[in-house]
Amino acid sequence: MFKSCAGLVALSSLLLSGAALAQEKIKVGVTATLEGTYTVLGEDGIRGHQTAINTLGKKVGDKEIEFIIASTDATPDSAVRAVRKLIEQDKVQILLSPLSGDEGIAVKNFAKTRPELTFVNAASGAQETTYVDPAPNFFRYNMDGAQWQVGLGKYAYETKGYRKIATVGDDYSFIYTQVFGLVLEFCGAGGQVTNRQWVPLGTKDFASVIAALPDDVDAIYLGLGGADAVNFLNQYQQAGGKAHLMGGSIMVDQTILSAKGNAKNALIGTIAASGQADTWEDAGWQKFVKAYQDAFPPNKRFPSPSLLATNYYNSTMALILALRQANGDLSNNQAKLKEALAKIELDAPNGKIKLDSNRQAIGTNFVTEVVDDGKGALFSKVVKVIPNVNQTLGYDPAVFSKIGVPSRTVPECKKY
Amino acid sequence: MIRFIERHPAWALILLIAVAVLLWLILAVWPPGLEEAIGRKRVFLNALFNGITLGSLYFLVASGFTLIFGLMRNVNLAHGSLYLFGGYIGYAISAWTGSWILGFIIAFFGVALVGIVLQIAVFRRMEGQDLRQTMVTIGLSIVFADLMLWAFGGDFYQIQTPSWLVGPIELPLVTAIKSSGEAVYLRYPLVRLVILVAAIVIGIAMWLALNRTRVGMMVRAGVDDRDMLAATGVPIQLVFVAVFALGAGLAGIAGVVGGTFQSLSPGEDTRFLLASLVVVIVGGMGSIPGAALGAVIIGLAEQLGSVYIPTYAIVVTFLIMVLVLALRPQGLLARR
Repeated sequence: MFKSCAGLVALSSLLLSGAALAQEKIKVGVTATLEGTYTVLGEDGIRGHQTAINTLGKKVGDKEIEFIIASTDATPDSAVRAVRKLIEQDKVQILLSPLSGDEGIAVKNFAKTRPELTFVNAASGAQETTYVDPAPNFFRYNMDGAQWQVGLGKYAYETKGYRKIATVGDDYSFIYTQVFGLVLEFCGAGGQVTNRQWVPLGTKDFASVIAALPDDVDAIYLGLGGADAVNFLNQYQQAGGKAHLMGGSIMVDQTILSAKGNAKNALIGTIAASGQADTWEDAGWQKFVKAYQDAFPPNKRFPSPSLLATNYYNSTMALILALRQANGDLSNNQAKLKEALAKIELDAPNGKIKLDSNRQAIGTNFVTEVVDDGKGALFSKVVKVIPNVNQTLGYDPAVFSKIGVPSRTVPECKKY
Repeated sequence: MIRFIERHPAWALILLIAVAVLLWLILAVWPPGLEEAIGRKRVFLNALFNGITLGSLYFLVASGFTLIFGLMRNVNLAHGSLYLFGGYIGYAISAWTGSWILGFIIAFFGVALVGIVLQIAVFRRMEGQDLRQTMVTIGLSIVFADLMLWAFGGDFYQIQTPSWLVGPIELPLVTAIKSSGEAVYLRYPLVRLVILVAAIVIGIAMWLALNRTRVGMMVRAGVDDRDMLAATGVPIQLVFVAVFALGAGLAGIAGVVGGTFQSLSPGEDTRFLLASLVVVIVGGMGSIPGAALGAVIIGLAEQLGSVYIPTYAIVVTFLIMVLVLALRPQGLLARR
């Protein structure tokens, strides 16, 4: 009896101290893929997050923000588990999560069960997350996978003269969204997508997938990321592959371009599109690159921030700025913070960002080409900058909604 | 062989037909109807060869795992860590000296040394306590994973393939006949063939060592009855250490192979641990031929699955495991 009483007292004092702490600090939970196929992406995301904290500081008025990081492995259940743990055990009030596409859809759905909290998307880019039944407390400051492909299809068709392409991609929502963006534009311009191959996320041995690539196409589009992309390129080199390549936003990215080994050289000359370009000359971008480079020693970072670093930087920045606008006031179900988040316009390193009515970013997109800097390092060089890309990709919303949600077979290859 | 045919005439006939069909699929030029039904021959042949070469990598990892289990009844769940560690050593050495072969040698001895230390410092202290040993290996695998993450970071590492192994070669297998009547031969990555040959050589060497040498005799006797072997005066601890070193060293070599034709990164350790667990469960715990058979089956299932039923490819491996567990729980080639 005495024992259980003592336990109860200890427990309640613990709870009390937790409540006392929460008043002084604003607790923010951060998730990143620090395990599995996307480890490198998660690590660089955290570097971008850290760079934003270095730039802006953690103070909001007289309060301080405390960031608590949890690891996921790119599967939706790992993301929800991490978010639950952050909310229930660490008592965070705000979430900066998640990194990967399927995680995003799961966390958005989870966000609906906790309407009093605020969720700022860290980097995930599936269209469905903010387009289909969005959660009112979920804010996304990066564009989705389809927005990140804007410009690529036209460039491939008109400038490169590709007429028939095939795609290989990881089998999950973000890559569906990327292929969605590519197919809409490429087929809209008159091109043909003859074959779409999907491989499970985490595939290591691509030899058979490579053998099954069609010969009679002008280029092959690769929608892979992380370890999958590196393995693909390695085995592609060994199989003596020679086709023209096109890349998705996490395929042509520093996470792959600075991998160890020489298989990545297959990417030189590859055209791609993404929410950023490594060699963009814009002053704001260069300043961000400098801040990133100064924050970490050269062997603990990439030569230039990856798309994930940029996304985490932007989402962290948006959150800190909005918290300051709301004076750190989290009362009334964080209404002031949510209002500030919805209205904020970010002067982000990769172009201005504002949110639409679904709390989804409208931003700038870049068509790029991979170049060798002469010292063996690869970078994505700007070919074209496209401002004000919205989620419906410039289509009339009514037409766009008829195309359907990105999947293995949607959209069809035709003009909408 | 003859006994098998006498005892199971129906199975023998089915096997014979299967082998004949397979040979025909490999050697003959496919008629157009077949190509339409199941795709080009080139894709099939590639998937088949890839399955076998992937199987040879799995065999390298799983043979050490199964050997250690067979002799010491120690389910070494840190085996994946040994694989990854070997890969990292191989990367460091080959990047430093530029020699791929040297990477193998040093990875083998480096990881074997880790194996020796593990056996002497950890497992000997808890001999005969299977569950405790298994729990300790789980703990060790977590510690190793974090140490390697700390030392090597989350980056992907690829071991540079030596220039004489890069690129494909033509095999004397016709995949198609062009309209001009010219035959198109199969082009296949050379490095994978070399790895396949190396795995076969290692497999045969292990078989010979186990079946034709005195030490091998001791190991086999130990697998059958450890206590009896110790009672006859054999220095059993020494045999344990040697087997653990060999098993660990093989995992190290496999790490270099894996780092050459795939890549090394955190998480690979658990992936290969899982693969070797599945392989030995299918093949039979403790049996080297079982590991070889299991490895080829799993490799083929993964590769053929990824081409012909990509959506369900990930399930096929586990389906095979479930089937084996349901029909022959001791594994395909295990002795009762």
